[in-house]
Amino acid sequence: MTMLEFDDPKALAKALDQTDYIADEGLATAAYLALRMGRPLFLEGDAGVGKTALALALAQVLQAELIRLQCYEGIDASQALYDWDFARQMLHLRAAESTGRTADEAELYDRRFLIARPLLRALEVSPAVLLVDELDRADDEFEAFLLEILAESSVTIPELGTIKAETPPLVVITSNRTREVHDALKRRCLYHWVAHPSFDREVEIIRRRLPEVSESLSRQVASAVANLRKADLLKPPGVAEAIDWAEALHLLGTRELTPEVASRTLGAVLKYREDAERIIQRGLDELLTA
Amino acid sequence: MTSNNYGLVPASAGALAEPRGVDEILLGFARMLRVAGVAVSPDRVQSMIAALGHLDVLDEDSVYWAGRLTLCSNPDDLPKYDAGFAAYFGGEVPKPSQSQPPQHKHVEASFGMDDHAPEGTGEQEDDPIPGMASAQEVLQHKDFSDLQPAEREELRRLFELLAPTSATRRTRRYGPNKRGITDAHKSIRAAMRNGGEMTRLARKRRRVRPRRLVILADVSGSMAPYADPMLRFAHAAVRRDQVHTEIFTLGTRLTRVTRELRLRDPDKALRAAGAAIPDWSGGTQLGEMLRAFLNLWGQRGIARRAIVVIFSDGWERGDPTLLGEQMQRLHRLAYSVIWANPHKGHAGYEPLTGGITAALPYIDHFVAGHSFASYAELAKVISHA
Repeated sequence: MTMLEFDDPKALAKALDQTDYIADEGLATAAYLALRMGRPLFLEGDAGVGKTALALALAQVLQAELIRLQCYEGIDASQALYDWDFARQMLHLRAAESTGRTADEAELYDRRFLIARPLLRALEVSPAVLLVDELDRADDEFEAFLLEILAESSVTIPELGTIKAETPPLVVITSNRTREVHDALKRRCLYHWVAHPSFDREVEIIRRRLPEVSESLSRQVASAVANLRKADLLKPPGVAEAIDWAEALHLLGTRELTPEVASRTLGAVLKYREDAERIIQRGLDELLTA
Repeated sequence: MTSNNYGLVPASAGALAEPRGVDEILLGFARMLRVAGVAVSPDRVQSMIAALGHLDVLDEDSVYWAGRLTLCSNPDDLPKYDAGFAAYFGGEVPKPSQSQPPQHKHVEASFGMDDHAPEGTGEQEDDPIPGMASAQEVLQHKDFSDLQPAEREELRRLFELLAPTSATRRTRRYGPNKRGITDAHKSIRAAMRNGGEMTRLARKRRRVRPRRLVILADVSGSMAPYADPMLRFAHAAVRRDQVHTEIFTLGTRLTRVTRELRLRDPDKALRAAGAAIPDWSGGTQLGEMLRAFLNLWGQRGIARRAIVVIFSDGWERGDPTLLGEQMQRLHRLAYSVIWANPHKGHAGYEPLTGGITAALPYIDHFVAGHSFASYAELAKVISHA
């Protein structure tokens, strides 16, 4: 099976739009080129700008399975690639013994005793979108390992042989820049910095996600969030926070964003006490003026 | 994929008035970006050409994105790329607001209050490429080769003996160990080899790794006499453990010099770091700089559970409250905060200046930093922190 084809970045953006992911030109071009060139897409940007959501939307658009590898410190090949199910092998061995025959090795290292972790699954399932989330959290040696798999689109298991992807998966790698990812890996990827959306795009995103929220409230939220991003905070709100805020306001039955209701719901959008204090000190009226 | 026959029409006539081959135009563009400080390697240029093969070469936005996606590799590259693109193709840069990462609020400390900087440091002047040193700042660069050879030789030998190691932490990952908990996986794997007979139990234990060591070196005018030993110490730390050491300088700007200090030869490394630091011996606003460090790097992970060493005399020109706030933030993120102050080694020193009094409650170890002996002591404090 091959991936669905799109004629140009605009066509892909349109398809993404139908899954309610609103991609700007840069992001659409990045995803389009990643598909056409068979290169991994390396996404960086502030938390909550929609890096992970893009992978989800792409999987939907391409009608491919989304396989997600969440990185963490200490992740290694047996957690990312494959592992043998030793307990089941052992049971098989014992069962064979009890019937009075000895199990040979080939029987023990059968495919059914192999546990496919996300990377191996991404090679076996076709078509697939492989999301390597928060790569910066993994150790640097894990990058080198990933590099090899991505370059070959295949993996060799000593007991079984080489498993090669029929259609290489579309790989989306995200990083929050807690450390610098090695240049060798970045060189093999298309690099895209995902910026906060423009005002209009943000309104549109809120409207799509929360159709029940009124247009005017969405606009007010988007404008207040844009003001917050300029306010030099410890954690500027991302799109995800804007959506949360709009939802919280809607649940409270708010029609209009007033300083009073904003102060009650500030926790949905600001995640540090210092940030909330700073904004309240500066005055919520200022925040709400477009 | 691409041929030299069809021309890439620049948005306006300029250097590219006559149509040239795509490859030729792009190579010129790449050359220019390299000069502007974007690390464009030949394989990246190949990628751009390949990317353009899939897009409309005559569309300016396509050319812009094909280049940005393949030639840039970190947010610092983006403003340089935008400026380079606008200059080379002479047209408008598509959506410049979108390509400005929020990180790029380059911290420019308040001007005018700085009595240490030479006269006429026009820092407000237009900086065509943010992140690049302005000509005035280049003038302020100190050349390390100006040091007395004998002095340098002695320092070099002494500092090569110093190898500040940071304390270790236990990781999530297990490694084989004689003692520790049973490694069921490995035990069974071993048993499989014996036809299912369990002959011995394998054991595993959490591995240890060094803690990250972050050095923040104040390179303002008042710290100038200590800049060389400070960076030599930092170099010794980076050489000791490249992966877990990060070095930043604080001046009128925050500069990461880890890469430069990875060069093996101390003098070369220091020269490279000196060239990278745009604000030698200027003023500093410690609070602002610390905030910049925490916003850009610290909070994202570099300072988390790390050992953070600040080299500074605590001479704060700005508001000490801000420094206090940021120190509190740092203290919450870091495992241990060590402040090395050259004045502390001087007889009769009392931490009375506004900056240091604000910072003091959030310092775990307050040490001197004026002599080689005090650096050796500092190395010891770091390894026990």
